Amino acid sequence: MSYGIRLRVWGERACFTRPEMKVERVSYDVMTPSAARGILEAVHWKPAIRWVVDRIHVLKPIRFQSFRRNEVGAKASAATAERAMRGGTGAGLGLVVEDHRQQRATTLLVDVDYVIEAHFEQTAKAGPEDTDAKHISMFNRRAASGQCFHRPCLGTREFAADFELVPEGAPLPAGALPEEQRNRDLGWMLHDIDFANDHASRFFHARLTDGVLDVRRCLAEGLVS
Amino acid sequence: MTTNNGAGLARRHEFVLYFDVANGNPNGDPDAGNLPRLDPETNQGLVSDVALKRKVRNYVAMARPEAPGHEIYMRDGATLNNEHKRAWAAVLPDVTKADELKKLPKDEAKARELTRWMCANFWDIRAFGAVMGTSVNAGQVRGPVQLAFARSVEPILPLEISITRLAATTEADAEAKGGRTMGRKHIVPYGLYRAHGFVSAPLASHPVKGTGFSDADLGLLFEALTNMFEHDRSAARGEMATRRLVVFRHASALGNARAQDLFARVKTWRRFKGERHSPGDDRLDNAPPARGFDDYEITIDRDGLPDGIEIIEH
Repeated sequence: MSYGIRLRVWGERACFTRPEMKVERVSYDVMTPSAARGILEAVHWKPAIRWVVDRIHVLKPIRFQSFRRNEVGAKASAATAERAMRGGTGAGLGLVVEDHRQQRATTLLVDVDYVIEAHFEQTAKAGPEDTDAKHISMFNRRAASGQCFHRPCLGTREFAADFELVPEGAPLPAGALPEEQRNRDLGWMLHDIDFANDHASRFFHARLTDGVLDVRRCLAEGLVS
Repeated sequence: MTTNNGAGLARRHEFVLYFDVANGNPNGDPDAGNLPRLDPETNQGLVSDVALKRKVRNYVAMARPEAPGHEIYMRDGATLNNEHKRAWAAVLPDVTKADELKKLPKDEAKARELTRWMCANFWDIRAFGAVMGTSVNAGQVRGPVQLAFARSVEPILPLEISITRLAATTEADAEAKGGRTMGRKHIVPYGLYRAHGFVSAPLASHPVKGTGFSDADLGLLFEALTNMFEHDRSAARGEMATRRLVVFRHASALGNARAQDLFARVKTWRRFKGERHSPGDDRLDNAPPARGFDDYEITIDRDGLPDGIEIIEH
């Protein structure tokens, strides 16, 4: 735990989709630990490390808006692509979007601002040259200068995230979360997806305590699949 | 224009796109009877990321109809002739052979090969990514190009225009309504919209995750963003045009400055009586609403540009 980092992320919109409402997407009230991990990985990640999210600070009021879009209800078929590749022709491979139309509404969060507190652990893939100091300074350097592997996003890619490092020792930005939202039972929330075990989803009982989602403390109560 | 085998984009980019609409509906809201999209809290107009991407795809399909490697996967059935035959063998002669040689390819390797092939042939998969219906992870590609929602600089006022038609669709209508029917159109008298975009170079050039999106592809993206409205005329859109495209080019793949700081260098001003004001300024309270691009001014702050950042205007 000696190497903790704090990253502030914010944006105009966000959608941390609840898995039980993913057709007409409805966002969780607060960023999930898995979304926070994805943001950190967008800045710096190597197979040698694994990010662990400790706390998520909610700095702005929790507000929702609805947005309906024309979406495509079909996926590219790998079998068709393989046939086309063997046959050497791409005819009929495209998707005519009008034939696969779905109108879906998204209940998204507006004007969000968070501070992610996290640390990383070394994985089995770490080599002798993978020191903690190397990865932490790479992350801090990139985050401080605005560098990223790819642009981090707030749940889905159309909601790009701005980010800024909260340097060690610096105070946290002042929160504007109203009193009645500071302490909330958020219910069962997705913690992360277990990629080692066939992409199983793991949930935890999330609570907002004085504007902070303390992932470690909530996790102490256990994870369910 | 050839397919780009290998050389993916090496530098990160961000861009600010300004476009405007006069007497048209830039993007209808299916939840509100096709009214122009509005931010309910500020009355600023919105245009979704997917609406802009649709226009980029349509432009590329139209501008490079026969170019190898420039097929469009997410097709607009009305505009694309999907029957054109192409000599794929000339483009990728080795791929099929390599596939035949491998009698029992590993599932993951096979999936990766498929993804590669799709990326090499389809411009929009290379740019925006795609989800392939396979359980293997490599079947999903993230493209380097990411667009955010566009938002109007000032609040807009959508107008509802009632129109009549001198013919009816059905005989019953013809008898009941005397052959005339009425319809509605929603227009925005004028709106200047601003959108932000990101091009993450590692997602183009990474040996495993990269889609192979090249510098030439980036040039085509900017060409499309500049010209897409010129070929998207319709009764609903009115007059739309790209007004400004400001590109920030970083010297490295990971970037040399924070995106939010670069975006803040591009400012929109409202012009009134020869002076310029920030949108929302009190002194604009009695000003007439903007009805043309001349009512706005866009400035780019080039002072103290961070090292390794280059500004390119289109």
